[in-house]
Amino acid sequence: MIEKRIDVNGEELVLDSSGALWWPRERMLVFADMHFEKGSFYAFSGQMLPPYDTRTTLRRVSAAFDFYKPALAMALGDSFHDRDAHNRLDEFERAQLADLGTRADWIWISGNHDPALPEWVPGRIADEVAIGNLVFRHEPSGYIGRGEIAGHLHPCKTVNRRGQSLRRRCFASDGLRLVMPSFGAYTGGLDVRDAALRSLFPRDFLAYVLGRARVYAVAA
Amino acid sequence: MLQPVFPAPALPAVFADWFAARGWAPRPHQLALIAHAQAGESALLIAPTGGGKTLAGFLPSLIDLAATPKRARKPALHTLYISPLKALAVDVARNLETPVAEMSLPIRVETRTGDTPPGRRQRQKYSPPDILLTTPEQFALLLSSRDARRFFENVQAVVLDELHAMHNSKRGDLLSLGLARLQELAPKHRRIGLSATVADPKPLQRYLVPQPMSGEALSALVIGKPGANPKISILASESYVPWAGHLARHTMPEILAAMKRATTTLVFVNTRSQAERTFQELWRINDDNLPIALHHGSLAPEQRRKVEAAMTRGALRGVVCTSTLDLGIDWGAVDQVICVGAPKGAARLVQRIGRANHRLDEPSNAMLVPSNRFEVLECEAARDAVLAGELDGEPLRQGGMDVLTQHILGAACSAPFDADALFKDVKSASPYRNLSRTDFDAAVDFVATGGYALKRYDRYAKLRKTPEGLWRVAHPRIAQQYRLNVGVIIEDPMIDIRLQSKGRPTGAGGRVLGKLEEYFVENLTPGDTFVFSGDVLRFEGIHENAAFVTRTNDPEAQIPSYNGGKFPLSTFLAMRVREMLSDPRQWKRLPHPVGEWLEIQQLRSKIPDSSELLVETFPRGSKNYLVCYPFEGRLAHQTLGMLITRRLERLRMRPLGFVANEYALAVWALRDMSGVDMDALFSEDMLGDDLDAWLAESALYKRTFRNCAIVSGLIERRGIGTEKTGRQVTFSSDLIYDVLREHEPDHILLRATYEDAATGLLDIGRLSGALTRVKGNITARALERVSPLAVPALLEISKEMVAGEAHEDILHEAEESLVAEAMAVD
Repeated sequence: MIEKRIDVNGEELVLDSSGALWWPRERMLVFADMHFEKGSFYAFSGQMLPPYDTRTTLRRVSAAFDFYKPALAMALGDSFHDRDAHNRLDEFERAQLADLGTRADWIWISGNHDPALPEWVPGRIADEVAIGNLVFRHEPSGYIGRGEIAGHLHPCKTVNRRGQSLRRRCFASDGLRLVMPSFGAYTGGLDVRDAALRSLFPRDFLAYVLGRARVYAVAA
Repeated sequence: MLQPVFPAPALPAVFADWFAARGWAPRPHQLALIAHAQAGESALLIAPTGGGKTLAGFLPSLIDLAATPKRARKPALHTLYISPLKALAVDVARNLETPVAEMSLPIRVETRTGDTPPGRRQRQKYSPPDILLTTPEQFALLLSSRDARRFFENVQAVVLDELHAMHNSKRGDLLSLGLARLQELAPKHRRIGLSATVADPKPLQRYLVPQPMSGEALSALVIGKPGANPKISILASESYVPWAGHLARHTMPEILAAMKRATTTLVFVNTRSQAERTFQELWRINDDNLPIALHHGSLAPEQRRKVEAAMTRGALRGVVCTSTLDLGIDWGAVDQVICVGAPKGAARLVQRIGRANHRLDEPSNAMLVPSNRFEVLECEAARDAVLAGELDGEPLRQGGMDVLTQHILGAACSAPFDADALFKDVKSASPYRNLSRTDFDAAVDFVATGGYALKRYDRYAKLRKTPEGLWRVAHPRIAQQYRLNVGVIIEDPMIDIRLQSKGRPTGAGGRVLGKLEEYFVENLTPGDTFVFSGDVLRFEGIHENAAFVTRTNDPEAQIPSYNGGKFPLSTFLAMRVREMLSDPRQWKRLPHPVGEWLEIQQLRSKIPDSSELLVETFPRGSKNYLVCYPFEGRLAHQTLGMLITRRLERLRMRPLGFVANEYALAVWALRDMSGVDMDALFSEDMLGDDLDAWLAESALYKRTFRNCAIVSGLIERRGIGTEKTGRQVTFSSDLIYDVLREHEPDHILLRATYEDAATGLLDIGRLSGALTRVKGNITARALERVSPLAVPALLEISKEMVAGEAHEDILHEAEESLVAEAMAVD
């Protein structure tokens, strides 16, 4: 495994190819935009997508736990796809979540999809959190005072080479701000060249593209 | 030839007079169909074009309708005609007007296609015409309406046109299920199938009639008098035959000269990009300004209609076209067909040749233009087969499960159904005659709640059981959704190409030239040039779901390799090519460069006999090559390439890449592969775990899954009032695929995907057959340098490496280019 370490506002962070962020000094793992039960949300309108996205997402969280053994885990908002999503988790998935709660402290940041997080999630609930030189919040802010880690935009990057085209999730960063890829199994993405993302970075920024077992830095 | 078993029926006087007035006599096959119809029997008519085939299909209905005065019958649909092309339905309706008008028959003929205005559709429902001409999709829509029974219950006859082109496809599956439903609504109707010559008529005869629970039923068979044998020439130079490529640029002057000699010529090519390039090359030398047009599936519909209308008027001397004109309206003026490139199959060639000369007794004129050495062999083999009257039969597919789920939902939209009765109906359709009850129930379960082991969607079920035990749709909205998404034709996501004036900002206005695959456009960067719609265009950028281009004079255009028309070489023709190759006596009739090429191959390596697999290894440059020649078509070779590179990787040969064409597969690696146990390398067990591991991440396989997911309605193409762009659908279907595969690898949709891929994009079925065939019959040759036979494959390496399979290497390269940029010291 080739680690991708980057510096955001003086803090050294590791970008994991699963889309998680690892902060070695704090022994902290961050997951953005997990969108639990996005699949079952569509059943209301008659689309019966495989109802397993939450399980897959939680299994991937658990795999990251196995590798990094975090002391602290953070969900960076939009962890639940809609206000009713937490009611649709079944016993198996609640047990998966409870298990993760026993393996690290958790902080749940609320997002626009889950402004009112259920009280039974393991750990604390917050709107934003500042640690060291970094602020963690769901939506990137317009003004940036210090280093910011955010989600919300689901960045993706399309790489074209040799007549082939590959579209993957990515981190986007200019060294001051980092926008994380969405972690949920059914979450799509927004191209890094989209104005909503570009406007966050006054200078050049890089896309850190998620590969199969490593992260590749490419021009955004 | 099969003669009618009845005495030839006497034509009613009005019909006999009409034939006589035109100076015609009814043809034997027309009379045979009338006899079968009067006995209430279904029949398949096989006849060449120009044999009065369409009229034969309608004569029994016209006679029947003419016998009953209009006042004596209530307005009801009598005959339903279904064609794969809506243009054909419209054209046939127009042609049918002539006898109806000339005999003053009290018969109303109407069409119903996607273009029919809503007002007329509405009226057709309440006041149906006597004869309705339509497409399989419109037929499915009509069947799903709540008054389907009233609309169809009086149907006496169904005419299925171009049945050979429909029966063995997903559209054929959908149509067969529709016919099974019609059988229930109008149990007494009879069917007529119209078909071009096929290798084996049995599957079509079976398709035409309801199948019993055990055994099989066949329709009657009527074979029309065959046309005169065609005259087929092959244009191949004695001095120069290219090693590879598909453009045949060196033959353009001769093609143009042949066009000048004929009245009207159809120039067939295999892909849209070849059509563009051929059209360009012809016009480059067209000093007499011969009116030559271009026709392919990416051009804007209005533009295609314009070309077709000009053909009908006789205003054109030639059209460069793809398979879009394989079927369709008869143009009497066409007297020559030129096929550039590989024929791919004998039946396809017959079909294309048949587009010239619609008078039966005169031979059609055709010229084959091979564009490289292997194609010379293929053209010779195809000509032999056509002249010997031998055609390639394609393997019969089983009815698709995704199509079945669509049909089940359609049935529920029409009226609550009883599962036992519907199962029986479905089994009577020949593509589904082997369907098990378990699979049928799984399909119903899928429609109702997604068919998952985890029962989470019961309260959102689309189908619910009534107290009487019937399945009904849970909400009218579901029926509305179904009607928006009916049909099984899934096109690659396309994007409009708009032409804007130079110097104007991208996105400002511009006329639509046509559509191109989104993935092709996404690979362009502003400034790239490509040929489209007969012009060299410069890509300016994408703006709001359209690609904007300007005209340019750049002669060195980057040619689009956009998809379309990539049929693989047929198994039958491949066999004939292999036989010709292995018989040196036959080389004498080949052009000199081709004969010489084979002789040196024999000297330097080996000419494989018709059942063995030759595997050559040799070093070249800094790499080591392995080239094998299965002759199983590009798709099967690509799959083989994927699988054996995995194995070579495990053997630590460090494979770097591969390239596949119709005849061969070439793999290159860092290590010398001559010591590899070839029997083990090509062993059938690669279709087990290796295949499974590859399918988990194959982009081609995911594309197949996407199609099945759309056809089955798991993913909707169109919501009420919206159409999802292809990109949205593609992206989410990949995510769904990953999750479903992790939790329910045996889900009905994954099984449907596998069955589709096995005959479609991955051609696993054919690969499996080939591996079985060559078992114990593999000849390995370790050579010092490249062999003559290997050259064509190696020449293709610089082009697209592995079509459609994006490799992670490109991320590597992208990162390296960033590093290089960063580290450059200017």
